[in-house]
Amino acid sequence: MKLPAGTEKPVEGAVRSGAERCRVAVFAIDCRRYLETDGSPVGTLPDFAGDRDAVRELYAKMVLSRVFDEKAIALQRTGRLGTYASLLGEEAVGVGVASAMSDNDVLLPSFREHAAQLVRGVSLKELFLCWGGDERGSDFVGPRRDFPVCIPVAGHLPHAAGAALAMKLGNKPGAAVAITGDGATSKGEFYEAINMAGVWQLPAVFVVANNGWAISVSRAAQTRAETLAQKAIAAGIHGEQVDGNDVVAVRQVTSEALERARKGNGPSLIEALTYRLGDHTTADDARRYRDDAEVSRHWKREPVARLRAFMMQRNWWSKDEEQALLQRFSGEVAAAADDYLATPAEAPEAMFAHLYASLPKALHDQLEALRQGGDLGNG
Amino acid sequence: MAEVDILGAINLALSRAMTDDPSVIVMGEDVGIDGGVFRATNGLIKSFGADRVIDTPIAEASIAGVAVGAAAEGLKPVAEIQFMGFLYPVIDQLVNHAGRMRNRTRGRLSCPMVLRAPFGGGVHAPEHHSESTEAMLAHIPGVRVVIPSSPKRAYGLLLAAIRDPDPVVFLEPKRLYHAMKEEVVDDGEALALDTCFTLREGNDLTLVTWGAMTRETLAAGDELSKAGIEAEVIDVATLNPYDDSMIAASVLKTGRCVIVHEAARSGGFGAEIAARLADTSLMSLLAPIARVTGYDTVMPLPRLEAHYMPSTARVVAVARQTMEYA
Repeated sequence: MKLPAGTEKPVEGAVRSGAERCRVAVFAIDCRRYLETDGSPVGTLPDFAGDRDAVRELYAKMVLSRVFDEKAIALQRTGRLGTYASLLGEEAVGVGVASAMSDNDVLLPSFREHAAQLVRGVSLKELFLCWGGDERGSDFVGPRRDFPVCIPVAGHLPHAAGAALAMKLGNKPGAAVAITGDGATSKGEFYEAINMAGVWQLPAVFVVANNGWAISVSRAAQTRAETLAQKAIAAGIHGEQVDGNDVVAVRQVTSEALERARKGNGPSLIEALTYRLGDHTTADDARRYRDDAEVSRHWKREPVARLRAFMMQRNWWSKDEEQALLQRFSGEVAAAADDYLATPAEAPEAMFAHLYASLPKALHDQLEALRQGGDLGNG
Repeated sequence: MAEVDILGAINLALSRAMTDDPSVIVMGEDVGIDGGVFRATNGLIKSFGADRVIDTPIAEASIAGVAVGAAAEGLKPVAEIQFMGFLYPVIDQLVNHAGRMRNRTRGRLSCPMVLRAPFGGGVHAPEHHSESTEAMLAHIPGVRVVIPSSPKRAYGLLLAAIRDPDPVVFLEPKRLYHAMKEEVVDDGEALALDTCFTLREGNDLTLVTWGAMTRETLAAGDELSKAGIEAEVIDVATLNPYDDSMIAASVLKTGRCVIVHEAARSGGFGAEIAARLADTSLMSLLAPIARVTGYDTVMPLPRLEAHYMPSTARVVAVARQTMEYA
């Protein structure tokens, strides 16, 4: 890859502050917000926020995500779903990011991105299958190029650089968008991926959903850095913070990052400030490590109520419509759950069917042993 | 038609693959203008440009990770890890991603990528540059492990690895890089993966090996022949998935088997071969299956490495012991 021109140039406006020192770089991190916690707008809203239907669609997707989340937890608690990672409180990150993406883009989610996946066109049933322990849940009918959820933290961030590399070299129009959590920024792959994407000026967007907690380790215990967005500075890429509970801001900031990526202006790192209102997963009990008072404070900033207040202020939404929407989504989610529960497991042979493009001869006896229902005996 | 060594054959195969398929890219540390630390990628940047021969930052985990992402999105990356000793961060990407992308998406996405790395001792290299930990890699479902042992096989197997629709770790016996020359026809003909190669035929004893140890093992075959013992020498070539049928057929004929590898003994791939033979061929065996391997020690630095590596003499001695059973 050719390096961008001018990388050796001294920083413009370098200030000499003495014989022995020369300031060679000055950095700042901005944080963006368009909607206050009470839904009132700040400054000039982006154009799409003036479009009633577009805003109602964002709202609908956030509500659908939350209804799905409630159902998934209920299914897990009753033994009908596997361990599940709740997205409660983080709906605006996924919906904001994915709603800014186009069909040409590729999403690389970590394990709390159900909202983004729903917006991308992954079906409710596929999400249930995925969390219910069925690989078919990652064989999305909708976004065929989107990656499956990545459970090893930050492992998918180099994949985003790789997918973006393929798009760049193949002159494809899209960008790769990876979403990860705050804990991932402590991992080597995070630095490696944003660094490589920066060196090669790849069409990639890295979104850090900073929800305050990596299981029981708080954001403050994760790094001494004031922001996670500033880690972009080390990689020489664009970095900024956004209020991750303001779906308008998340969508706008992501759109701008995608615009830069598509124009060949390189990758971006977006730190979306949000809060994990629920446990890490259904296997976690957050009361062991954080105060109820902290959680209560964050409920006042949650994203769904914020956008609803914004819409109500404009008479774009009513209590009746709210009721109707909840009823509709409860029905859709229940139907998808029923569909998932009524879906029989694959035949056991499926574990061999997609291991390689075609099953190597060396594995035929193991497949046969499985079919016979027994272990491999003496050959 | 050119006489080339293994390194030259690898270069030839890379060049052929890149010429034939525009989606093939080469990436890794120093693979560009420097042509790789061993020069395996020499001249490729001149022929194919910096977009397809990509110098990466020093970050092995992400060299593999980028390859996974690029492969899933349509490229065929051939990534180089400079030495096997620096490959361990990559195991996460192999186990958690490359080896299961096809399976976990039920065939929707796949990882047609090759990860090349030189391995093995005997070149007086610094610490971490001489190990043979192929068994770790051969334990990863969904990832092929392929090891050539001659220029022709390096050319044919690397082409096969690049064309394969699934991830392949291609381990290059660096001690053999310049050890021999062969005429290699650059005809784009790949060899079959997932199969062993019989390097020498014989009816008395089966010697099983791969990579650089084919040299000592073939020399042992010659030595034994002088004493009237005709050894069959089999190069496993693909460790995963491992097709044991050719070895079982040989042992059915000879009744005796010695497995030779440079890697530490316990949990080495020889153990898998021996266990399979115990399953398939116990009744054909005239003698216990023997192994000639490195010790379960840390690979010593160059001053002691000759004591660690199986020698022709060690192979001959163990083969003779095996022949002593009636």
